[in-house]
Amino acid sequence: MTASERPLTAMIGLPDGPPDCAAYGRAGGWQAVRRALRDMTPDAVIDLVTASKLRGRGGAGFGTGQKWSFVPKDPAATRRKYLIANADEMEPGTFKDRLLLEGNPLQLIEGMIVAGYAIQAGHGVIFLRGEYHLALDRLNQAIAEAHEVGWLGDNILGSGFGFEIHVHASGGRYICGEETALLTALEGRRAQPRSKPPFPQVGGLWGAPSVVNNVETLCNLPHIVTNGADWFRALGIGPDSGTKIYGVSGRVRRPGAWELPMGTPLREIVEHHAGGLRDGYRLRALLPGGASTAFLDAGQIDVAMEYGAVEKAGSRLGTGLAILLDDRTCPVGMLHNLEHFFAQESCGWCTPCRDGLPWVERLLQAIESGTGQPDDLDRLHDHARLLGPMGRTFCAHAPGAMAPLASGLNLFREDFEAHIRQRRCPLHATA
Amino acid sequence: MSTADPTLPPELRDRITGLARAEHRPRAAAISALTLVQDQFGWVSDPHLAETASLLGMSPADLDGIATYFNLIFRRPVGRHVIMLCDSVSCWIMGRDAVCARLQARLGIRPGETTPDGAVTLLPIVCLGHCDHAPAMLVDRTLHGDLDAETAERLADTLRTPAP
Repeated sequence: MTASERPLTAMIGLPDGPPDCAAYGRAGGWQAVRRALRDMTPDAVIDLVTASKLRGRGGAGFGTGQKWSFVPKDPAATRRKYLIANADEMEPGTFKDRLLLEGNPLQLIEGMIVAGYAIQAGHGVIFLRGEYHLALDRLNQAIAEAHEVGWLGDNILGSGFGFEIHVHASGGRYICGEETALLTALEGRRAQPRSKPPFPQVGGLWGAPSVVNNVETLCNLPHIVTNGADWFRALGIGPDSGTKIYGVSGRVRRPGAWELPMGTPLREIVEHHAGGLRDGYRLRALLPGGASTAFLDAGQIDVAMEYGAVEKAGSRLGTGLAILLDDRTCPVGMLHNLEHFFAQESCGWCTPCRDGLPWVERLLQAIESGTGQPDDLDRLHDHARLLGPMGRTFCAHAPGAMAPLASGLNLFREDFEAHIRQRRCPLHATA
Repeated sequence: MSTADPTLPPELRDRITGLARAEHRPRAAAISALTLVQDQFGWVSDPHLAETASLLGMSPADLDGIATYFNLIFRRPVGRHVIMLCDSVSCWIMGRDAVCARLQARLGIRPGETTPDGAVTLLPIVCLGHCDHAPAMLVDRTLHGDLDAETAERLADTLRTPAP
């Protein structure tokens, strides 16, 4: 593959570490800032990104240009506006944004300048999870250097547009990745989601128009502005544009993450790039894009990893990093682990999520440890049915938690029944 | 205690005040201020919390509501080193329970506890984004991956050498 075919990671993994401003420029960086700020109006940047069909890489897959288009178009600098990079990568099984943050922080910075210019926001914030210490050091170093060289600050390239970035190192909690909870955290409050409307684009941080974009989404922008919308659309194999950082964890020979054309078949990712399952293990099922996506059966491995195809298969592309369940790992134990996470990370604001998720966790623990009752399965189905659909709870946390549960109850019905019948975990008993 | 009886060193007070001034509203500096206190003292005590709150123009209860919401802010003392062992799904599949059991046995503590010599606190943590090197753990600011019971135990042993 050539650098132009994997634009996001072309400068990542170099022996000298992440490029500095000069090296970044020599390798093709900064062209997008030059082009956007000198030759394009903010609306032209929005139109270009809309035409590129870039969709959010954080999990929801919303059109980036469309998201920006809701920001009120006041005359520049008459109002505070914010462009926020969501670097709160906490979806279990996901390790793509850390790669981009540590590997090439200037690419994110350039993407943020472009996005900030498009929506005419002077303030950039990177909301970084607190455990990413190396990323924090590298981001702060890159921001300081970019400021010194003049890529950040007032009147960039004499364009009249000024942009500043600061990093917020979070105090933890998965819910901060939800964009309204993220804004609440930035305001120095307990990170509970907000009701919408108002949407952040209209009334976000401190009530000001704000756009929250995922790190991988923002890192695509310099390449779109530099190479054009047609080039970007052509990178994808199917209906979706661009490349995607895919990944695989679990019992495969070579767990990892790879930048591949959007729409790459899951089988190619698992078998070719990850090297297939380790000797002695067979693929049973998988979560295609993080903990909050529904299980796909091993027989569905030929699905193309793009938004529509994965949805048609009954799940979501999510973050695009798959977690594999092998035939020697207990699916009930795996679900218990997942629901423990979701129960712990509920913000506690709304009752169905705060009380329902721990109930689910306890039922799964009972079944896994051999004390489950037959009607426990009915209670689990009840929760999947009642908490699953969007709109029954305050935010998408509980529906996300129910995605693996609802699909797992159907896919692993025999495993659940065997646990209850034998009063033990059949896999642990024979292991 | 009262704010007239400060326990935070003056330079730390100045840094917190500076953080608060740089924000749109002082309370936005809550997490970064608590993190500064914790970096210096290892945790956030009641007097330090109250004093930080006063520097941010908040009530202690208001700031404590934030401090106790976010899991990376410690409101109880921790050891000189903190091990955060991932307990999320990829690390679980790859054997984090066996790593945890060995660490517990070697350190003589359960998750959430500190060794009696004050050297090590063992905590569970959600996915560290190191799933291609599962099981993973964070020791203070350093990420370690591809762990098994033996490598984790050796790492833990290096943390228990006497404090300088």
